[in-house]
Order: sequence, then structure tokens, then C-alpha cells
Amino acid sequence: MSNTLTTTMTGTDLSMDTNLKDETGGVSLWKDAFRRLLKNKMAVIGGTFLLLEILLAIATPWIAPYDFEAQNLELWVEAPSALHWFGTDTLGRDLFTRVLYGGRISLMVGILASLVSVAIGVTYGAISGYLGGRVDSLMMRIVDVLYALPFIFLVIILMVYFGRNIYLLFVALGMTQWLTMARIVRGQVISLKEKEFVQAATSMGVRKSTIIFKHLIPNCLGPVIVFMTLTVPTVILEEAFLSFLGLGVQAPMASWGTLISNGVEVMEIRSTVLLFPAMALGLTLFSLNFLGDGLRDALDPKGAKD
Amino acid sequence: MAPILDVRNLKAHFHTRRGVVRAVDGIGFSLEKGETLGIVGESGSGKSVTQLSILGLLPTPPLKIESGEALFGGMDLLKASPSQLRSVRGNKISMIFQEPMTSLNPYLKVGTQLVEPLVQHRNLTKKEAWAKAVVSLEKVGIADAKSAMNSYPHEFSGGMRQRVMIAMALTTDPELLIADEPTTALDVTVQAQILDLLKSLQKETGMAIILITHDLGVVAGMADRVLVMYAGKAFEYGTTEDIFYRSQHPYTSALLRSTPRLDTEVGSLPPIGGSPPDLMRLTGGCPFYERCSVRLDDCKEIFPEVKTFANTHRSYCHLKELPQ
Repeated sequence: MSNTLTTTMTGTDLSMDTNLKDETGGVSLWKDAFRRLLKNKMAVIGGTFLLLEILLAIATPWIAPYDFEAQNLELWVEAPSALHWFGTDTLGRDLFTRVLYGGRISLMVGILASLVSVAIGVTYGAISGYLGGRVDSLMMRIVDVLYALPFIFLVIILMVYFGRNIYLLFVALGMTQWLTMARIVRGQVISLKEKEFVQAATSMGVRKSTIIFKHLIPNCLGPVIVFMTLTVPTVILEEAFLSFLGLGVQAPMASWGTLISNGVEVMEIRSTVLLFPAMALGLTLFSLNFLGDGLRDALDPKGAKD
Repeated sequence: MAPILDVRNLKAHFHTRRGVVRAVDGIGFSLEKGETLGIVGESGSGKSVTQLSILGLLPTPPLKIESGEALFGGMDLLKASPSQLRSVRGNKISMIFQEPMTSLNPYLKVGTQLVEPLVQHRNLTKKEAWAKAVVSLEKVGIADAKSAMNSYPHEFSGGMRQRVMIAMALTTDPELLIADEPTTALDVTVQAQILDLLKSLQKETGMAIILITHDLGVVAGMADRVLVMYAGKAFEYGTTEDIFYRSQHPYTSALLRSTPRLDTEVGSLPPIGGSPPDLMRLTGGCPFYERCSVRLDDCKEIFPEVKTFANTHRSYCHLKELPQ
């Protein structure tokens, strides 16, 4: 594998690369996409940054310099210093520690909720679009009805009914975010299912489920991935909103969203309290966008320059 | 010898909101092992619908099979269940399509798609299927088949892609290959190569071919029998010689006259005037009535009974004898 990597990174010897390919193909689409992704500098930077953040989030309990709820009221909104890298917040807590802990929550919300929404949305949309006719009408009317419900009610109902639980929050957010995804995928599938290759696959006796999951969904991945990179920030922000209502993360636990809203309150006194969590969130969103763009290009075999 | 596919009186109509479209209206043909049947007709004459409805590849509704039977290996394909049909499609009957550029999934490697029918119908492991697919790629004349398996469709030219499609259709050694205008999207030299390839593969495997085309030249070169279709109806059916040399139907002979030939000198080709009728507004008469140069009064109201000339030659026309 390291051999393949060096070959493709330098991109000089393509014939050698072909020789190294697994003869039975395997999950070739993904391997190929990864190879192409590595050539996109911005995507690699974005991906590396995200990976770093995730590692930091996992390691937080061991590397955080302070306890995230240890208050020291004498250090009210201190400026950044050698002791407190990001300064302190309104209760004198170390902001660096809190940003680290906030990242755990925000990243987890962002990733898990988006995955939930993609899983539901893509499957639902693809089935609806492929089957068409009455089934499609019915499935889309359900989506319309859910659209009409303010998502926040849905989340509140779910939270009240099942009890407040951080994981349930992820699921609840994901379940409110899949609607647009379903519509996007349905539209894609409807245009794709008329293509000859789908007809050809049908004429080869391939089953419907295989056609949906093997032929149609990979062809929708471009828009799905781009939309997913948009879903992640939406979900992170919605989580902040829910936390503000007292439905999400509870103090003293923090997420980037709550840190930002805390920071807004004192931004005229000490802007760094707002700046650092906002930067953490902003950089994450940038990275996601670059990675999303790169993935979209990488997953389209026709976009390949080699 | 028993025919491998015997289609009788097939009627397939589309029931749309604006009315009934009689896309296929009483078509019958049969073909034997190793034979090639050419189906010719203008655009919209129901050539493709005939084949697609036999294989159950059209959505029902709007399509409804009104009558008929299509016997294939003791099974009536028109009454077969979806899973029975699926086990036939791509296995005993394969199909290749007009547009090789879009008939392959752009997101999957050629190899991944080639093994699909094998995995589906033969229960081979991926490795066995892969090896078999390489062999069939070699058979259709693709150089360096092993690395071709790992390529994406857009890395091939149109002719190459059609070869890949043919290879895919033939991996399961079908008894019948339905080729729906396989060379229409290709240029003439590639067209000749593909047709030669089909012919030699047919000789090798003994499969039967149904060749749907509007190119009479292709039919003359390839087919053993010809079915001439017009507005969903069969106009004439016979051996290639019957159709090309002893045509008994004014439509067929008009078609032949409008085709350029190398052996005769003509100033300009006589086209068939007018355009095909709206399939939703067909009367009981002959659909060619409006455009026919030798029409009779009867033609307007009554569709002619079949007339049999030789054992192999059938025509649907009121005329006693076609004026030359």
C-alpha cells in the first residue's frame, strides 16, 4: 500500500500503478477515489485538519490542561497568556480546555447527526425515486408533511418523550435533517434511472436492490457529499440553538455553539472569548468544505486527470 | 427443429392519460438456434417495444400486454413472474443497446459491471467471474483485457464500449441475443467491425440474434429472416431473400427503393411521402393507407388478412400482386 501511495503521490509512473492494482477489483471505487483525493492539496489540508481535530477530541480528557468546570472567579475573562492559552471565560474557566471539550460535543453532533441524515435521506430518496409512481408520491408527501412541521417541535417532542440524552440529540437532529437529502437524491435518481446503463443492468437480470445501491447511489454521491458538508455546520449550529433552549448540552458541559453564545455576551470586554471558539468552528467548516469539494471531484471517475 | 423463441400475436399497448397507444399490435415471429432475425421499420414503429415487452423491461402500467404469447424454452415470457424473468434476462437472453456511450455505469469499473451477470446467474465467486469476464473481453477483441477490466467506461471509445457491452451480454453464453440498433451510434467502419464480430461470435456459440435496426443494409448483411414493422403492425415477414428480392408489400418495396444501392445508378432516391400515423388515432384500416401509392378502397377500413407466399413468406396487403 505504501508503494501505491508513493507512486501516485509523485504521479510519474502510471503503468506501475496499474500493475499494483488488485486484480479482482474489490471496492475499487473507493480506493481510486482516495488515490485521487490525495492529489488535491486543499482537500488533504482540510482532511488532515479534521483528522487532527478528531484525534484531539478523543484525547481531550488526557491532554486538557485544566478541569473544564474548575472555576476561578478571580480570573474573569482574562486575556490569553502562557498559563491560559485562550484566556478564561466569564466564570474564570480555562477557555482552551473548554474549546477542546466543546469540540468533542460539536464534532460528534456534526458527524453522527449528518451520518444519520445521510443514511435515512439517501435510502429513502433513492427508493422513492427508483420505484416512482404511487409509492413515490406517497413517500414524498410524507416528506412534505415533515417539512411543514417546525423541526424544533419534533426535536422537543423526541427529547421529552425519550428523555434527555446526548445521543438521542444526535439522532433527533439527524432525523430532522434528512428531508432535503431525500429530495436531492430522489431527483438525481429519477434522472439517472432513465439512463441506458440502468436499463442495461435490468436487462442483465440484476435485482432492484442491487441497482439502487450499486448503480444509482454511487452516481448520486457528488451532490450527497456536498450537501453533507453543508449539513454538518447546520447541525452544529442547531445543537447550539437547542443548548440555548436548554434541550442540548447542559452547563457546565460545553459545545462550540454554547461557547460562542457565551462569548457574544462579553465580546465588547474581551473579544477572545468569542474569537477562539468561533475560529475553531470556522476552521472546521472550512476544512469540511474543502474536503467535501475534494471528495466530490475524487468520486467522479470522469473528473480524473490521470 | 423447434424454434427457441416463438412469438405469436403479441399486442402491447400503452394506456396513457390521453388515450391508448397501440405500440405493438399483433406481431408474430419465430427464430431458431443460430439464426438471425432482422426487425426493420421507421422510428416509432414498435421495434424496440416488441423486444422490451417480451423481456418485461417496460413499466406496467402504462404498458399492458393485451394478448399473445412468447414461448422461450417452454416458458411463456409474457406470463412469467418477475423473478422468473429476471433469471432469464442476462442469462439465456441478453440484450445490447443503441447507446454504448451511456449503457455502462460511469461510476463502476468495466470489470465490476462485466461480472455482474455472472455473479447474478451463475453463482460464481468474484474471482471466477473475473477470470471468465477477462476471457469474454478477449473474445470481443479488446487488447489487454486484464487492464481493461480495471478501466472506467469513459476511457474507451464508442466502438470499444459496444464491444464491452457485447462481452457483458455474452459472458453467460445466452441462447438469444437481442441487439437494439447496436451500430446506430457508431461510425461506419466501426459498425462493420461490430457486425463482423457479432457474426463470428454467433458462428462460435450458435446463439440466435434478433437485430433491431432501421438500416436495410445491415439487415441484408446479417439477417436470415426479416420482419418489416410499421405503426406497431407486421407488414411483411420472410427470409432475407423473400424480402429483398420478392417483396410483396408496397411499404417494403418503397423502403427498398428509398435505400441507396451500389449496383444501380439513380439520380435521386424516391422518399416515402408523408409521415407515420399517430399511434393513438389508428383506425381499423391499414396504417400505411395515407402514404401508399397503390392503395385500394378496402385499405382504409379493413386491415388485410395474412397472405402466405412461400412457406416462409407472409405479407399483409390487400393487393393481389404488387406492380413492379
